[in-house]
Amino acid sequence: MRTVFLRSWKVRIGLAVLVFFLLLAVFGPWLTHSVFGLDPRANDTSAISQSPGDGHPLGTNQYGQDMLAQVVAGARGSMYVGVLGAVVGTAIAILVGVPAGFYGGKVDTALNFVTNLFLVMPTLPLVMIVAGYLQGTGLTTIALIIGFFGWSGGARTLRAQAMSIANRDFVRAMRMLGERGRRLVFAEVLPHLTGLIASMFLHAMIGAVMAEAGLAFLGISDSSSISWGTMIQGAQQQSAVLRGLWWWFVPPGLCIALIGTAAALVNFGIDELANPKLRAARPATVRRTKQLARTGGAA
Amino acid sequence: MTVHAEKPLQPMIPAGQAVLDVRGLTVEYATGAEPVRACTDISFTLRRGEILGVAGESGSGKSTLITALTRLQRPPAVTTGGEILFHGRDGAKPVDLVTLDGRQLRRYRWTALSIVLQSAMDALNPVMRIGAQFADVLRAHDRTLGKRAAWARAEELLALVGISADRVRDYPHQLSGGMRQRAAIALALACRPELVVMDEPTTAVDVVMQRQILAQVLRLRRELGFAVVFVTHDLSLLLELADRIAVMYAGRIVEVGEAAAIYGAPKHPYTQGLRDSFPPLHAPLRDLHGIPGTPPDLRRPPAGCPFHPRCARRTDGCDERLPLLLPVGRDAGHEAACLLNETDGDHGGETR
Amino acid sequence: MSKPAIETGSTDNASTDTASADSTSTATRRARTAKDPKNPKAAKDRHPEEPAHTPEYVLEARDVSKHFTVRGALGRTTVVHAVEDATVRLKPGQILALVGESGSGKTTLARMLARFHEPTSGEIVLRGEAVSRSGRARRGYHSEVQLIFQDPFGSLNPMHRVRYNLDRALRLHHRHLTAAEREERTTQLLERVSLTPAAEFAAKFPHELSGGQRQRVVIARALAVEPKVLLGDEPISMLDVSIRLEMLNLLQRLRTEDGLALLYITHDIASARYLCDDIAVMYAGQMVESGPKEAVIASPQHPYTKLLIESSPDPERGVGDREAFFAGADELGEPPSLIDPPTGCRFHPRCPFAMKECGEQAPPRAELGDGHWAKCWLHARGRAGELADTTHAAATAARREALQGAS
Repeated sequence: MRTVFLRSWKVRIGLAVLVFFLLLAVFGPWLTHSVFGLDPRANDTSAISQSPGDGHPLGTNQYGQDMLAQVVAGARGSMYVGVLGAVVGTAIAILVGVPAGFYGGKVDTALNFVTNLFLVMPTLPLVMIVAGYLQGTGLTTIALIIGFFGWSGGARTLRAQAMSIANRDFVRAMRMLGERGRRLVFAEVLPHLTGLIASMFLHAMIGAVMAEAGLAFLGISDSSSISWGTMIQGAQQQSAVLRGLWWWFVPPGLCIALIGTAAALVNFGIDELANPKLRAARPATVRRTKQLARTGGAA
Repeated sequence: MTVHAEKPLQPMIPAGQAVLDVRGLTVEYATGAEPVRACTDISFTLRRGEILGVAGESGSGKSTLITALTRLQRPPAVTTGGEILFHGRDGAKPVDLVTLDGRQLRRYRWTALSIVLQSAMDALNPVMRIGAQFADVLRAHDRTLGKRAAWARAEELLALVGISADRVRDYPHQLSGGMRQRAAIALALACRPELVVMDEPTTAVDVVMQRQILAQVLRLRRELGFAVVFVTHDLSLLLELADRIAVMYAGRIVEVGEAAAIYGAPKHPYTQGLRDSFPPLHAPLRDLHGIPGTPPDLRRPPAGCPFHPRCARRTDGCDERLPLLLPVGRDAGHEAACLLNETDGDHGGETR
Repeated sequence: MSKPAIETGSTDNASTDTASADSTSTATRRARTAKDPKNPKAAKDRHPEEPAHTPEYVLEARDVSKHFTVRGALGRTTVVHAVEDATVRLKPGQILALVGESGSGKTTLARMLARFHEPTSGEIVLRGEAVSRSGRARRGYHSEVQLIFQDPFGSLNPMHRVRYNLDRALRLHHRHLTAAEREERTTQLLERVSLTPAAEFAAKFPHELSGGQRQRVVIARALAVEPKVLLGDEPISMLDVSIRLEMLNLLQRLRTEDGLALLYITHDIASARYLCDDIAVMYAGQMVESGPKEAVIASPQHPYTKLLIESSPDPERGVGDREAFFAGADELGEPPSLIDPPTGCRFHPRCPFAMKECGEQAPPRAELGDGHWAKCWLHARGRAGELADTTHAAATAARREALQGAS
């Protein structure tokens, strides 16, 4: 199963990119500091708004801060928000969706009501209100808010899946054996949802990274922390696009796009794994089929 | 209630004339590193108006055979050998269905060869009225047919299988399971095919409906003169329905013969075991044991006779030499692939 | 079969004592005796009243009905009368076959007996005591009654090895067992269902097994509970023909060795005859006939039973006159709607023997001796002899002609 998963080039590329950014988020700041001697917050007054060149591979911003160091530090910030937001959102989605689908009845009615409430709530204005209400919005707060408001779609999907699995014979059989509810959920139902949850988590992660960028762009962020979102916001405030200061917004924008693409690629692989029909016409199979038709079969 | 919608279009064609000639058909699946052979060297002749039963269990290659015969196979399945010669009723030169491309095949679908699937819901479009589906098929093959005439023809066809004309405006889900299956059979007969391939058409329905459907198939065959390849896992059904029976095991035909011969004097131990796997309904009960073991994995077929690991009568050489399908017994056309018959005809007697 | 229950004061052992001196069952018995002191269920069985009367039936469904409410498109609700006043009784060591078409309610009845559905009316009685609806009672109930599902591909979680399934069953029902003892029991169970070498099979995943092997695992899992009753919901219909008999023989062996009672639900009368002692026939949610199998099959006393038997393929009937065999089978009718079932006898719209009263009033139960009974007006009107004289198809044809002649 694992080998099948890794055999797809999409998955391999996607995973490589994701791992690269995760490593960058974890070790990058230390690396840029100790190896290149770059500090994202150090102001180099001799080089304000400098284009990429000597000493500053990606140039500097209006405070003379090195953009490479900023991008790397921003990776940590954005990935932190992305992962934390996804963890929170996915966890809530599981906690709400799976019991709703599995137990049905009153539990479902109640939980589904909450889900629907969050589904129809205009999230963005709400996030803005909450973020504005909570003074001093650090990245953690932002991540928690994103996670807290972004789980309802996932919960619905999980509910539907859990409902169909709960009615499968093997769950009935284990229940008849005397297996209790919680164990049924964890040992019988959840393992069948891992693919879906993994895919949801990746989606949530892209979503959180983008949401953070979006919120920062709108000014809802902690200006003291560094993320790709705050970088783009800084660029926007200084009209970087009009002034042609591409190195202010292209690197963080590209990183966001790359992560999104990578997560989507991995998701393709998960989909193929979960639904073999999508895999039927894999190039290798088609090639083998054609070859077999040409040679007239094994002698 | 039998409704004779109209007289058969053409007089019954004399029996004995072939409608389908399958020669050495081999189908392989291009999965994994090594291709897997699901059908190996299948040969049989289907005469006009004949019902040929194909009996086989899971993994016997019977489903693969159906998709190969009807040319409905999809990658990774590939027909790697053999030919399927179809003899049209117009007496033209036989065509090899294997060599035709999609566009050429379309000329033969429905009018020469049609298929009835296991689940009627797979054949009927759930969001179209029954009559509209019939009209679609009819008008696709006869452009001159008007819409009204096509619907009228649909009513006649439904009447053939005992469905009243007012159901023609129903959607498939409004019919019961048995009716849907009968409607699917009527649809398969819409363009007067010479050959209908039936893939377990009665497994999803009850015994009473099964008998009803089979009775209708027999009557329609008598009236319309089409030949049937009836594929099923249920040999007891074929014994009552089919003219001839081919028994498949591990992708090969292991025995073929008249239904009476297959029932009365099976020459292959697998056929014997299969026949004795059905407990009797009225005869005195005795201990029966079926066939121990499980069908072989086609990815790793056993050497020699594929049945030898499960065979109670295996002897030296069974695991080395592949037995050939050779004439056996007294009845003409009775063939079996078993070493017991190759060495000495007398050894082919039954064991109980 | 009733003797030991009084001596030991525990029906728990009643069934095992009838078992042969086979080594496997001796081992099981020993294990059971060992378990008894700690088992609350066994303690409950020593209820003061218990030795006085040993219930004749281990499991009963008494006049159970099940109505499903279905909400239609426009909020309209319709009621499906899936099962209506059905009674089933199982003695220890008895195999009862429940036959009928799909939609006859046989599966719903089985699911009520397995307590997946609660009956709309009527009660399920386990060893003389009506079972309560609480969750705790359910677990106790399931330690005595287990269901074998139809689809062996659906009833095993593809994520779990064979060992896990058996181990969980043992863990849940025999809490005092150590890991080593459970391992030993797992081996015994797999050997009982002829999955040898057991260690090899225990380590396999369901997808590595054939359909027959999976069904054996399902049976072993049910046996791990040491139930008194097995409910088999078409347990062999999804299996390859050549291995069905082995499965039936296995069920037969469990009955003789363990004294298990088995409710065998099927549409295949020939297999029911091979396996069971008695047959009950259901039609459109109601019981129409029941009795010893040979009596029911040789001389069915309800027109529906007759139709069912005449429709079943029978290899022994041989390759006879095909036209004659299928003659008149063109129109055998369809089972009625369960939303709006026919009045009177539910079979009367399809019945070639139908009389005026058939459409007006439900037929009374006619006792035919030896536990054989049928619910048909023919018996009350003294026309029962006609059933033996003709076939369903011939009777239908005759009736049609008579009707056409009249009009």
